[in-house]
Amino acid sequence: MITKEKVGHIGWLARIEIEEKESDAYAEKLNSVLDYFGQLDEVDTQGVAPTYHVMDIVNVFRKDEVRESMPQDVVLANTGHKQEGNFKAPRIM
Amino acid sequence: MVYENPDGVKIGLEVHVQLNRLNTKLFCGCSTDYHNDEPNTHVCPVCLGLPGSLPVINERAVEFAIKIGLALNCEIVGQTQFHRKNYYYPDLPKGFQTTQYDYPIASRGKIVIEGEDGERIIRVTRAHMEEDPGRLQHIGTIEKSKGTLINYNRSGMTLIEIVSEPDMRSPKEARRYLDKLRSILDYLDVFNGDLEGAMRVDANVSVFNGERVEVKNISSFKGAERALLYEIMRQKNHVRRGGKIVLETRHFDEARGVTISMRTKEEEHDYRYFPEPDLVPMRVADRVPGILKALPELPDAKRERFISQYGIADMHARALTTEIRVANFYEEVASQVDPKTAAVWVADILKGELNYRDIGIDAFTVEDIVTVIGLVKEDKITEQSGVQIIRTVLDEGGRPQDIVVSKGLLKVEDDIVAKAVEEAVAESPEAVADYLAGKEKSLNFIVGKVMQKTKGRADAREARERVLARISK
Repeated sequence: MITKEKVGHIGWLARIEIEEKESDAYAEKLNSVLDYFGQLDEVDTQGVAPTYHVMDIVNVFRKDEVRESMPQDVVLANTGHKQEGNFKAPRIM
Repeated sequence: MVYENPDGVKIGLEVHVQLNRLNTKLFCGCSTDYHNDEPNTHVCPVCLGLPGSLPVINERAVEFAIKIGLALNCEIVGQTQFHRKNYYYPDLPKGFQTTQYDYPIASRGKIVIEGEDGERIIRVTRAHMEEDPGRLQHIGTIEKSKGTLINYNRSGMTLIEIVSEPDMRSPKEARRYLDKLRSILDYLDVFNGDLEGAMRVDANVSVFNGERVEVKNISSFKGAERALLYEIMRQKNHVRRGGKIVLETRHFDEARGVTISMRTKEEEHDYRYFPEPDLVPMRVADRVPGILKALPELPDAKRERFISQYGIADMHARALTTEIRVANFYEEVASQVDPKTAAVWVADILKGELNYRDIGIDAFTVEDIVTVIGLVKEDKITEQSGVQIIRTVLDEGGRPQDIVVSKGLLKVEDDIVAKAVEEAVAESPEAVADYLAGKEKSLNFIVGKVMQKTKGRADAREARERVLARISK
């Protein structure tokens, strides 16, 4: 059961500001999603092997061979916050 | 002596090892050789986590991980996959770290260390693969910085996180564990430990069986020992003053040597782990036998072999096998001169001089140490002169053969010593009489004269014996 408080916590984890009046609506929607999973739980899966991935393939690997990286100016092209070739973020802890 | 651990200290370590011997990152083809390059020049859409980019696993990284797991006596999982560990922090542009969760590639291993009271087994809980985040540089100190610079060159590098059980009981044991781990990884040739950030340590510490505190961001082994000593003292003092230890994460401030509270630890479910949909599972069990067969001889096995094959002392075997390069160096020397003599010269003398200068074995050649040992063995120079030659080679360069001549270290010829002894005895009748009357010290006077006459190039012990033989006739 998702409460208003849980919505607030999830919002905090995702760094999304959720207003008081939005919390109720989100709680309701998230609960209906959970209900749907509840229905799935009722399906009889006896004898069905668990899957780890939506596609039934394993071991897609790449050889350890170097490919060209992007030029620095292209890497930084989409930000206005930069300094000496670095991205610049506000003070963080 | 039994170490009782009166304060109930329990230490567990999480060590992040960067597999920098790989050519490319874990999920993309960006080069791992970024240490001397400009920031953000070894990045691509995959390691920046740009929309639409698709990671593909580096096959050799998986093989390295299995190799490490086997060397740590772990079980290797049959099937495994990557998960997303969600947290919001600018070192990860995607907002999650791709890591392994419920099926780490290796688990339930052990490392044997020299504990406070003899050999101890430290259990390895798990070793899993994950990507390294980018590097953050706080402008000013972390507490009062004006901003943070981010370099994603490191982002996506392959990490193996090796997690131990809280089996260590003192900072010293923690240090030994780290040294042993590094030694094993060196043997496997999966990383270069000298590169910045190659091994990073987080420590979990508790005292009196209380809550554990995690100390993060320890960047060196010396730092780990210091951080643990500080943190144990802090917790003990806090408890003695009636305080309670709470579950928290603390940051180790290397400059001040203290730990600072960062935040109360996030609960595991806050990370909202879920299977990484962009990467398919890995089934690697069939690779294990081949990798196991190719595993090199590891430090403990090599130590035992050195003892039985060369007949050297355990202490020497230990010193010689800590570093693979030293072990190989020793074996080459031992193939050319007496292995026991070689052990003394390499383990005690050469390693001592190298440690004093904080340099590696590569600074000296097998050929040169064999020459020095040969000169001593043939009695052409004294042991002290041998040490002096090693020091000269390290500090000024040059070949031992030339240094012997230029520094006048060759022992003088026999007849010159014999002549000097004759003269010294003849010139010192009083000292001879005193010695024969029981004044042992007067012998030094005569030996001193011999040394004077040979300009200090005779071996003092030998001169003493010759004087004795001469006057006892």
